[in-house]
Amino acid sequence: MTDATMGDATVAEEHGVPPAEVPELDLYHAHTWLGKYVFSQDAKYIAIQYAGTAIAVGLLGLVMSWVIRLQLAFPGAFSWLDANFYYQAVTMHGMIMVVYLLTAVLLGGFGNYLIPLMVGARDMVFPFVNMLSYWVFLLAVLVLLASYFVPGGPTGAGWTLYPPQAIMTGTPGHDGGIILMLISLGLFIVGFTMGGLNYVVTVLQARTRGMTLMRMPLTVWGIFAAAVLALLAFPGLLVAAIMMLFDRLLGTSFFMPALVEFGEQRNTVGGSPILFQHLFWFFGHPEVYIVALPAFGIVSDIIATHARKNIFGYRMMVWAIIAIGVLSLIVWGHHMYVSGMNPWFGFFFAVTTLAIAVPTALKVYNWVLTLWRADIHFTTPMLFALGFLVTFVNGGLTGLYLGNVIVDVPLSGTMFVVAHFHMVMGVAPILVILGAIYHWYPKMTGRMMDERLGKIHFWVTFLGAYAVFFPMHYLGVQGVPRRFYELGDLSWLPPSAAALNVFITVAALTVGAAQAIFFFNVFWSLRHGKPSGPNPWRSTTLEWQTAETPPGHGNFGPKLPIVYRWAYAYSVPGAPEDFLPQNAPPLKGEHAT
Amino acid sequence: MSVMGLFFIFIASVVVLWLAREGVMSANWLEEGEAVGVAKRSGRVELPSPLPAAKVGLAVFLGVALCVFSLLTAAYFMRMDTPDWQNPPLPRILWLNTAFLVASSVALQWASFAAAHDDATRLRVLLKIAAATSGCFLLGQLWAWRDLIAEGYYAASNAANAFFYLLTAVHGLHLLGGLVALARTIDKAWRPVERAALQTSVELCAIYWHFLLVVWLAMFAMLAGEMNGFGALCRRVLS
Repeated sequence: MTDATMGDATVAEEHGVPPAEVPELDLYHAHTWLGKYVFSQDAKYIAIQYAGTAIAVGLLGLVMSWVIRLQLAFPGAFSWLDANFYYQAVTMHGMIMVVYLLTAVLLGGFGNYLIPLMVGARDMVFPFVNMLSYWVFLLAVLVLLASYFVPGGPTGAGWTLYPPQAIMTGTPGHDGGIILMLISLGLFIVGFTMGGLNYVVTVLQARTRGMTLMRMPLTVWGIFAAAVLALLAFPGLLVAAIMMLFDRLLGTSFFMPALVEFGEQRNTVGGSPILFQHLFWFFGHPEVYIVALPAFGIVSDIIATHARKNIFGYRMMVWAIIAIGVLSLIVWGHHMYVSGMNPWFGFFFAVTTLAIAVPTALKVYNWVLTLWRADIHFTTPMLFALGFLVTFVNGGLTGLYLGNVIVDVPLSGTMFVVAHFHMVMGVAPILVILGAIYHWYPKMTGRMMDERLGKIHFWVTFLGAYAVFFPMHYLGVQGVPRRFYELGDLSWLPPSAAALNVFITVAALTVGAAQAIFFFNVFWSLRHGKPSGPNPWRSTTLEWQTAETPPGHGNFGPKLPIVYRWAYAYSVPGAPEDFLPQNAPPLKGEHAT
Repeated sequence: MSVMGLFFIFIASVVVLWLAREGVMSANWLEEGEAVGVAKRSGRVELPSPLPAAKVGLAVFLGVALCVFSLLTAAYFMRMDTPDWQNPPLPRILWLNTAFLVASSVALQWASFAAAHDDATRLRVLLKIAAATSGCFLLGQLWAWRDLIAEGYYAASNAANAFFYLLTAVHGLHLLGGLVALARTIDKAWRPVERAALQTSVELCAIYWHFLLVVWLAMFAMLAGEMNGFGALCRRVLS
């Protein structure tokens, strides 16, 4: 111990700092099998439950995308695939992927697993509420799935559920499906709010000694900012869902204007569908960043670890995360350019939308500069992180087109938009999730995943996703409309458009099926993977420094770690190894405060 | 949606103050050693005084609840600007209900003082009074619904009526949730528990009740048409 740290300890004592050794006094211990393995209150266990459920329902979303693609490539070839089923597939695919898969995996899964471990806490601050969060989420998923079994099937209103068509006769699932969808969304939001409170308060209150805000790994920053954003954005969807439920069940006219339905005057008057769009997109746009910010954080940590170099511009990265979060709350109007609004409105939203490019580009530059002359290890997680980088830039660039009102208006109804948002918030976050699973799997199980299978999985997924979504840009510019069940004979479309659709479908089926490699790898490695040891990637953050792998209940054994430095001490000159864990005491002679 | 602008300005100022307090501006990542607090300019290291996690949790939750109510207000103002809009006459029992809610809030604040002075008998009485008046408030709200329905102001007949039912229902549900927490606090007050824990629980209940009282007063004014001018102003700013 140097004098400097001694001095630190004295200062700490004077100000009534709690001792660093926190006994396990107030940690909940389950005594029954059920309490340990089913109704567990351990964040790590809840994380795996969350991620498992989300990925399982995500597979249904994947199958739904196959249904969509089969119809687009071979219209009319399948008798079971009628227009109703097609629209139901489109709706369920969108809703499952955005809300029940991406949000749940990134926040419920990685948030739960990584926040307590990375900030040096024993668990989340409210473990019981955390457990409740998962069970309410599971209930939401079950209600969603139940809509397949009610008369009329699930709703086919599109994932945006725009009124008035969402609740009118003629839309598939207008009787039972839409009600279950709205209830399921309400439950999801209630469950998420419980989890979100935990993520935010744990980051604010349960950081271990020395883990100041500006020493937190960027993963924690990303998940934290996304959780705050989600807590502010999901109420928009909640309010919209409740009001639409009123419209559907009580016959109110919040969103329902005076309408003639099947020749009969409906009993509603004066309602505003635009009001719904405001509420929906008030949630809908931040949702993109609720998914993207954790991905940004995770990618930063994966890149720094596997390139053995400190992240370039740590403070800028933190501020960029905050700036993106703030800006994303005031751009929702860019989803409504075609709803007929005041031109100044469009101007305002175009400006804020394009302004987001500044902090985002900053992050991309910093990632690239981190890679510059670094000791890059092309491990599977790193490949996925690099894949994300490229994909995110591609998707972001088309965002600049669509952010402009004048370009958006003609492109809005075409496949170009589908290509854009799939690149930026579909493929990009999924690549990060897969990379993160390869990265943290050794910590969760104590075994490595197979590298060769991992690389095959990466290349098929990465190239396959490009084969699917790159041609869609071209189709969009050609004027292929989105949302259509059948194209029919559109005079402006060359016959090659149909051929391209077949190509995309073949690619989509292949990429989807290739995920079997991943699942095989996950389950096979559980037993047969190479033992990983506690820190296979030689990483600096606290989760790799736990006494046991996988970490036991309470995470850190008898003593909580004390943090002495930031999370990016890679290749520090003079250090015995090329990384210095956050909790390693300062080296002799090293500068200390 | 200008209401949401105001809401964001409020939340943003809270976040900025918090981050500054937690030392987001200090360059800890460049420092080695156990930087336990925020280095002040004087060179002294200061720790932000630790708050109980439950209190921070409640504050975050109040932020979320405030977001829900702001969105409902924004929706109210946007929807009221149509020719079909007709405010229902407000049942007079709402004044009595307001009195109940005020009484409940005052009782809890008093209970919080009593808990601080370790006055167990007074604390128990006050907690019971708070629970009873809150119950009366909820029953009174149901009575108000009954009145409106009896006079033919159904949710389906006008959006203004529907908003009345929606807003009171959402507010009532929040109070119902609060009553669960209050019941647990009352349970604590009768058992030998640590004094500090009980004191925190009572204090949190008091804060939550004050919040719901303020929300109710604002909603009452809005439903009575007192805030129509504000609504018109909001629409002029953004439309």
